[in-house]
Amino acid sequence: MTTFRFESRPSLLSMATVAGPDEAKGPLGEKFDQVVPDLWVGQKSWEQAEQELLARAGQTLLVKENLTAADVDLMVGGDLLDQLVTTHFASRTLDIPTFGMFSACATLTASLAVAAMAVDAGYGQKVLVTVASHHHAAERQYRYPVELGIQKPATAQWTATGAAAFLIGKGGPVVVREATPGRVVDYGVKDPFDMGGAMAPAARDTLLRHLQDTGRTVKDYDAIFTGDLAAVGSTLFRDLLKEEGVQVEGIHHDCGLILYDRSSQKAVQAGGSGAACSGLVTAAHIIPGLLSGEWRRVLLLATGALHSPTTYRQGESIPCIAHGVVLERAEAP
Amino acid sequence: MTYLLAFLVGGLLCVAAQAAVDFLRWPPAYVMVLFVVLGAVLGGMGLYEPLVRFAGAGATVPLTGFGYSLVQGVKQEAVRTGWIGIFTGGLTATSMGVTVAVAAASLVALLFPPRD
Amino acid sequence: MKLSPEAAQTYDQKRLAHHPPVPVARHFWRAFWVGGLISTVGQFFLSYFEKKGLMPDQAAIPTAAVLVVLGALLTGLGLYDRIASYGGMGAALPITGFANSMVAPAMEFRRDGWVMGVGARLFQVAGPVFVFGTLASLFVGSLWYLFYGGFTG
Repeated sequence: MTTFRFESRPSLLSMATVAGPDEAKGPLGEKFDQVVPDLWVGQKSWEQAEQELLARAGQTLLVKENLTAADVDLMVGGDLLDQLVTTHFASRTLDIPTFGMFSACATLTASLAVAAMAVDAGYGQKVLVTVASHHHAAERQYRYPVELGIQKPATAQWTATGAAAFLIGKGGPVVVREATPGRVVDYGVKDPFDMGGAMAPAARDTLLRHLQDTGRTVKDYDAIFTGDLAAVGSTLFRDLLKEEGVQVEGIHHDCGLILYDRSSQKAVQAGGSGAACSGLVTAAHIIPGLLSGEWRRVLLLATGALHSPTTYRQGESIPCIAHGVVLERAEAP
Repeated sequence: MTYLLAFLVGGLLCVAAQAAVDFLRWPPAYVMVLFVVLGAVLGGMGLYEPLVRFAGAGATVPLTGFGYSLVQGVKQEAVRTGWIGIFTGGLTATSMGVTVAVAAASLVALLFPPRD
Repeated sequence: MKLSPEAAQTYDQKRLAHHPPVPVARHFWRAFWVGGLISTVGQFFLSYFEKKGLMPDQAAIPTAAVLVVLGALLTGLGLYDRIASYGGMGAALPITGFANSMVAPAMEFRRDGWVMGVGARLFQVAGPVFVFGTLASLFVGSLWYLFYGGFTG
């Protein structure tokens, strides 16, 4: 039994998003709190730009709730860059006690789970969850300089630029009901241009364990959102589940396919990815859907690929992880 | 005619490289290395020179031409200076391209920031 | 958990079946005309330098230099990555692509300083081409010298 149930009903008090220009052009463009016009965000490097995105998301949330840093007990969050520089450097200005989390693009649900645990256990009244990623900073670290002429395969994904912040406490309208931490799953995929294909088995693993732990079926969810399996990984995920007799057609959605309009935004190829991808979609699409009554209970399964450029060069396969979090509208039983 | 041959041969070499990427699923960096080595080997066997005479820039502009230049330089210097030429010829023949590339890269880095 | 190599192979086939087919015809056509066009531009300069009285082998040297400058400029203007995402190896294989592979890291790592950034990273992508080209020329050149060099030299 590895699914945690939070009996004291920790919940979402507030949230804030800052999105990059490509994300603003996508279907959710109108729904972000703040949109930056370019990837520099007024800074001198991509890394500083990513920190600025995160700092702005945190500040926006504090201002919205009329809070100061001293009112927040803990910040739990992460990003994709080495040593979590985005989270830690931005935390210098936010000035909140911080736990840096790394689960690559699954960082959102890992952080939400830890925040909910802290609140549920009574260690904090208000815990800030943050995620951020920056397309060019990720390209530079994981792949090539941005001006390098490379034709990417259609299975490649686009790291989202943006940051999202969520405030977890008690008495909010959306409850973090359960969390299922992921196991590291490695199906031997070595192609760094097919993250969705590498991550799909991890998403399946966590979903099946979650259903087993809770005794539910997928029908008990109004929607199941994977983090960033994108086009290839999403169909693969559904196929893998079909083999187990689990049908998620119609219920399953993927944040990487929601964030962009792939027909007009060709550069994103198979879809979005990055720590900010599930963060932006959760704040601008999933939570609003829960608040409006479109859904009552959703399972958010953010997915992450845990390789590094070094392990790739040394011929290692890509280990992946998916953490699940159940979000419910507060009045739900 | 010269231009047409350059177009055709240069284009076909690139198609061959694209085939290596698409069919063998090689990363582009590996394909570039393969083509330089290929140019050097063909150059050493005296098989690339006819292509250069036939297609001009169509054979020298793709990276195979770089490998060919390296070997051609080795040959010419070896004829002129003996065994020392094996070590000096290759880089001598290609030094202008590389030096200009280093200078241009530095200058561009000085003048232009990366774009979005 | 880590799948056994055999099971991983089975999964790999399943995964690849979900990949959209590579648009080979489109890729080939684009690589062909982009690579052909760059070569034609090269031919223009090659003919020019030959007309100026350089031997064909000699004329190729300044031609390469001119193309390197053009590739560098297009990279600086932020255009070469777009040309290459369209033309694939048609843009990467010509010497303009070689220039791009040096200019791109120079621009990217400029923020890391001139010595540890630009200086250290300039050959990040072009380095392998340079290293294996040099090794190949050394190997092939030595063989050539052993078999023919003695007679002609």
